[in-house]
Amino acid sequence: MTVLTKVREPQDGSRTGIRGERRRRRRFRLSPALLFLAPSFLILGVFVLWPILVSFWYSLHEWTIGADDQPWVGLGNYIALTQDPKFWGALLHTVEITVISVAGIVVLGLALALALARDNLGSRIIRSAFFFPTVVSLTSIGLVWRFLLDPDLGLVGAITSALGLGNVGFLQSPQLALPTIIFVNIWKNAGFVMIILIAGLKGVPAERYEAARLDGAGSWALLRYITLPALRPTMLFGTLIMTIQSFQLFDLVYVMTGGGPLFSTDTLVTMLFREGFVNFQTGYAAAISWALFLVIVIISALQLRIFRYNDVD
Amino acid sequence: MSTETLRRPTAGTSARRDRRRSGSSTLGTVSRWVFVGVGLVFALVPFIWMLSASFRTERDLFGNPASLFPTEWTLHGYQGVWEQLPFLLLVFNTIVFAGVTTLLTLLFDSMCAYALARIDFRGRTIAFWLVLVTLMVPFQVTLIPVFVELFHLDWLNTYQGLIIPRATSAFGIFLFRQFFVSIPRELDEAARIDGAGHFRIYWQIILPLAKPAIATVAVLNFTALWNDLLWPLVVTSTPEMRTLPAGLALFGGQHVTDHAVLMAGAVISLLPIAIAFFLAQRYFVAGVATTGLK
Repeated sequence: MTVLTKVREPQDGSRTGIRGERRRRRRFRLSPALLFLAPSFLILGVFVLWPILVSFWYSLHEWTIGADDQPWVGLGNYIALTQDPKFWGALLHTVEITVISVAGIVVLGLALALALARDNLGSRIIRSAFFFPTVVSLTSIGLVWRFLLDPDLGLVGAITSALGLGNVGFLQSPQLALPTIIFVNIWKNAGFVMIILIAGLKGVPAERYEAARLDGAGSWALLRYITLPALRPTMLFGTLIMTIQSFQLFDLVYVMTGGGPLFSTDTLVTMLFREGFVNFQTGYAAAISWALFLVIVIISALQLRIFRYNDVD
Repeated sequence: MSTETLRRPTAGTSARRDRRRSGSSTLGTVSRWVFVGVGLVFALVPFIWMLSASFRTERDLFGNPASLFPTEWTLHGYQGVWEQLPFLLLVFNTIVFAGVTTLLTLLFDSMCAYALARIDFRGRTIAFWLVLVTLMVPFQVTLIPVFVELFHLDWLNTYQGLIIPRATSAFGIFLFRQFFVSIPRELDEAARIDGAGHFRIYWQIILPLAKPAIATVAVLNFTALWNDLLWPLVVTSTPEMRTLPAGLALFGGQHVTDHAVLMAGAVISLLPIAIAFFLAQRYFVAGVATTGLK
């Protein structure tokens, strides 16, 4: 036995020697990578990836936090959702907010970018003024605008009554509240698109303008045939970021109207917040979040297509 | 707004030169400045009004809603902030939440990005894909399960509950990775020959070179966390644990509200971001521009 093992040992040893080295090399490569990844992936795993699965699981139950019995309802929550007029209202408002806001933000952002593209002190200061609202919290902005639009003590009310329109309660009227929120959303974000478009403008080679001008192009032709085509990828990107952001609009609505009056400004996320954290309908709220996810998945698919479209380099 | 961008001829300058030459410039210029002027009034008046309202009396507000400036100045709003809200706590909580979370995010995201950009290991592609997946899933989808998790961990209404789930961001990992990939590999190889391990390469070579990326991620994260409403609203439940946006939103939601107090609170809550914005505007711009240029 001892002889045998002794005889075998060198052979085995040499073999494990190679394997050991290979294993050691792999271990050497693997372990630092794991250590570097560990904190982020632990957090992403516990608080993002796993919750994504759990969220779907909840949406199949009539889930209540802390209860012993969580009755399985299958697709019941989703069926209830399709029969809930508040859900369709919230979805409609979210789509309205997104489509109109994004159009307004991109058009206004483009106009500002073209007007302020020059790099002198004046336009840089003016640019900062337009960019500033994008870094301020939606909570502060919502509070200020709610106050500005207050029919009794707001500046806007004073202006409308001076113009003979009377004191309009913009946020108190079910017809005007949603357009008003869209207006404030555009007001806040136009500067964001302006900044990325100015960055995009800097990427347009000056020679193209020289060449076009030699061919006798006027300023309108320069804009139409050189500036706009060159800005197209940046504009698409700005559009997508703003679309995703508008779909998730919560703060502004929560602060300005709380979803009212008569649910006329309720969005998917304010509805989710109300069902999940006020009414504690956890399963139902999870189903709403998946409806939101579905919409965002469609947008992300679009985004991926555009990414691939632009990823020539 | 670096000096480099200053020197570069831009589309605007050349287009303008053209217009000047063609002679039809006056109408274009006038309409452009009218547009910019009207825009400026819209952009600035709400902030001027907010600042002015925070120094006005309730009587003044109701009496002269059209006036942009106080008829009589008062600090009543700022006193009210201290009396009607646990304001010091709100400020403290916001600083802890935004500050600590940003620091942890910078560390964890850059470490994760280092592994994704610099270490060859099995499953690197999958790891990167997982990061991209979390980047695409809206935060609201995970909000409810995370709330339940925090409930079971007994972390609701605590600092760790506010901070830990937000202490890494897929976007930060992505941005750091893109930046690290652009740093020449020869630097690491030279360091490895000198006997440095991954931790020394990460800490002493890559991180010092990544200062612009660090500043960008820091500014974007800090601003987003400082301004966040939904997350602190969900995680905290007592006035003593709220952050500024959550505290102000709930205070503003009460039926009887002192408007000057509300505006004073809003002014104070945006002050740090405003100061940071004026001191480090180029990092805000760089952050936005990098999101735009992938």
